[in-house]
Amino acid sequence: MRVSLFITCLVDQMWPSIGTSAVEVLRRAGCEVIFDERQTCCGQPAFNSGYRSDARRLAKRFIEIFEDGKVDAIVSPSGSCTAMVHHFQELFANDEEWRQRAVRIAERTHEFASFLVNVIGVEDVGAQFKGRVTWHDACHGLRDLHIREEPRRLIQGTRGVEFVELENADACCGFGGTFAVKFPEISVAILDSKIAAIEKANVRAVVSGDASCLMQIGGRLTRNGSSVRVLHLAELLTAQE
Amino acid sequence: MAQQTSETFEQNARQALTDTQLRGALRNLADTFGDRRRLALKTVDNWEALRERGRAIKAETLAHLDKYLESFANNAESAGAKLHWARDAAEARAIVIGLLREKNAQLVVKSKSMTTEELHLNEALETVGFFPVETDLGEWIIQLAHETPSHIVVPAIHKSKKQIAQLFSAKLGIAPTDDVDVLTGTARSVLRERFAGADVGISGVNFGVAETGTILILENEGNVRLTTSLPRTHIAIMGIEKVIPRLVDLDVFLKLLPRSGTGQQLTAYQSLITGTKRSMDDEGPEELHVVILDNGRSRMLSHPVTRQSLACIRCGACLNACPVYQQIGGHAYGSVYPGPIGAIITPQLNGIEKARQLPFASSLCGACREVCPVKIDIPELLLHLRAEIKEGTASGTAGEHGPVKRKLIERLAFRLYAFAWSSQWRYELGMKLARVAQRALSHQGRIGKMGRLLSVLAPPLAAWTDWRDAPTVANRSFRDEWRQHLSIRK
Repeated sequence: MRVSLFITCLVDQMWPSIGTSAVEVLRRAGCEVIFDERQTCCGQPAFNSGYRSDARRLAKRFIEIFEDGKVDAIVSPSGSCTAMVHHFQELFANDEEWRQRAVRIAERTHEFASFLVNVIGVEDVGAQFKGRVTWHDACHGLRDLHIREEPRRLIQGTRGVEFVELENADACCGFGGTFAVKFPEISVAILDSKIAAIEKANVRAVVSGDASCLMQIGGRLTRNGSSVRVLHLAELLTAQE
Repeated sequence: MAQQTSETFEQNARQALTDTQLRGALRNLADTFGDRRRLALKTVDNWEALRERGRAIKAETLAHLDKYLESFANNAESAGAKLHWARDAAEARAIVIGLLREKNAQLVVKSKSMTTEELHLNEALETVGFFPVETDLGEWIIQLAHETPSHIVVPAIHKSKKQIAQLFSAKLGIAPTDDVDVLTGTARSVLRERFAGADVGISGVNFGVAETGTILILENEGNVRLTTSLPRTHIAIMGIEKVIPRLVDLDVFLKLLPRSGTGQQLTAYQSLITGTKRSMDDEGPEELHVVILDNGRSRMLSHPVTRQSLACIRCGACLNACPVYQQIGGHAYGSVYPGPIGAIITPQLNGIEKARQLPFASSLCGACREVCPVKIDIPELLLHLRAEIKEGTASGTAGEHGPVKRKLIERLAFRLYAFAWSSQWRYELGMKLARVAQRALSHQGRIGKMGRLLSVLAPPLAAWTDWRDAPTVANRSFRDEWRQHLSIRK
């Protein structure tokens, strides 16, 4: 299986270890991984902020870059950015040619955990992580892409892991893109419910599928001086600790 | 409390977040109603199929709304009702005032209705000398306190038992008590007298059945039954979207609405009213007036995305599920309809300019869409309205306008982002510059709370770092790693 990695700008620039881990996991699972260096961003910040013409520009560029790769699938370590690709068609409601190209790209674009479990049927990649961990359902992965069991199965396939369910696992962390800085007090009030549940779960790490949620949750945890780590699922799956 | 408007949403929300009593009440609401709803869903065989039927019936109705409204009106009139058509709130208020004057109404009772809240009907009636008495317990409490509902189903959810006890003591002269039975008993005895003396009852409508001209109102306290049957005249106010085609469709909506709203399998009362009483021996009012209200609704019909707004059956499930509503409550929205549904219909009803903050007051988490019994894609609507506000392009809502209130710096920032990130070298150069720029800010690989000067220079970053540490741009990006180590491996 030949896959093209859609790394996302956030992982590329802020959290490269998620990307290197994702490459390692995909290779262990038997995939040939390619990375097109022309890629930048899917345009979600503009789309979610109401600037559709800017979003359209980046979406077209994304489609052009990814549709010419001779690959079986496009895989991304982000539910949110994958969901954005699935939303591309809404940007081209009045442009049938581009709309169809957007639909075709979306059909081939998969979120990381969903790709492993549902597309190539891999649930054990030989990872080891000793300790209690919990999972935060990132909203777009959960509610746009309906990814719920896949990451849990991958976590439970990790040696040494004691998995505990968060009492509000499916509640939003309050990130919401520009929402986090437009309404920081509301964003953090929402976040603090999540943080309280994480602390109550008494875990070594909280795992999620989106760097944006991990930035929000992790930023509050370190600010509070908490010892709980945040890990992307890909990072957990390459752990040997 | 000073009157809060949607224009001051940000300040309203900030104030709400400091109100510990309110936040306790909201946590309680989310937990209790969330749990009750989840349990209630298990009492139907296939909830998802039921939601889909609800969505489909609403979509079909809205696609032929003119036909169904006409049929409703004809059948209601044949059964003895008088129909009144109101293009906007002012017309609706004038119709009601005209009817009260014609009846020389001395005492008017009212049951809970969000549509009458939308009309600000009580205020309008009071200015011309009518003083309608709210008879739903929650609404009555709000009326006594001179407040507005903070939730579309449980209007006094923001008030504690203690506050209600104090209110009753101050307004009704009873001894202060937090005994719920005494409080509700007091309400019952005061309100019974009002019912007995009322000459006009005003209600809302949950569903208007086109094929029979029947109106249906759901409730739990019996006050709707009394409001619509004891007085000689009943005035029902109904938005144009409340019509459904057939009586059998109620089978779907009577399962969807109580489960979603209050987590009940069915409300305690369902009043189905078809016209007026036919003979002297019948019960019920001698006159039934149905006021059918547009007030911006037909505008929502014109676009397939905004049309969904009219499918809402006002269950309030999206409020209970919304992480934003759960933190700030309803008053902060400064609008009659709060929460996710309020954030999409307020800009469409009241004009996008005044409510322009509301579509942005969402993390787009999708919890509202997940619980909506008629599957309204609220996040899609929020995004649609955001585009309309920023670009004025996603046509079909609040009439003719360009982009609302241009924020030039933000506009330029997004234009620059789209330009820079449309090319690999500009993107990589931009990130190199960011790495240099962040040296002044980062400490141990993250950015902590910033000083005043830096906060002024970079407000969005400060809005983040005031509360959370920010990660820095990595010294070596993923693409650097790829070029050096990863691409050569198989």
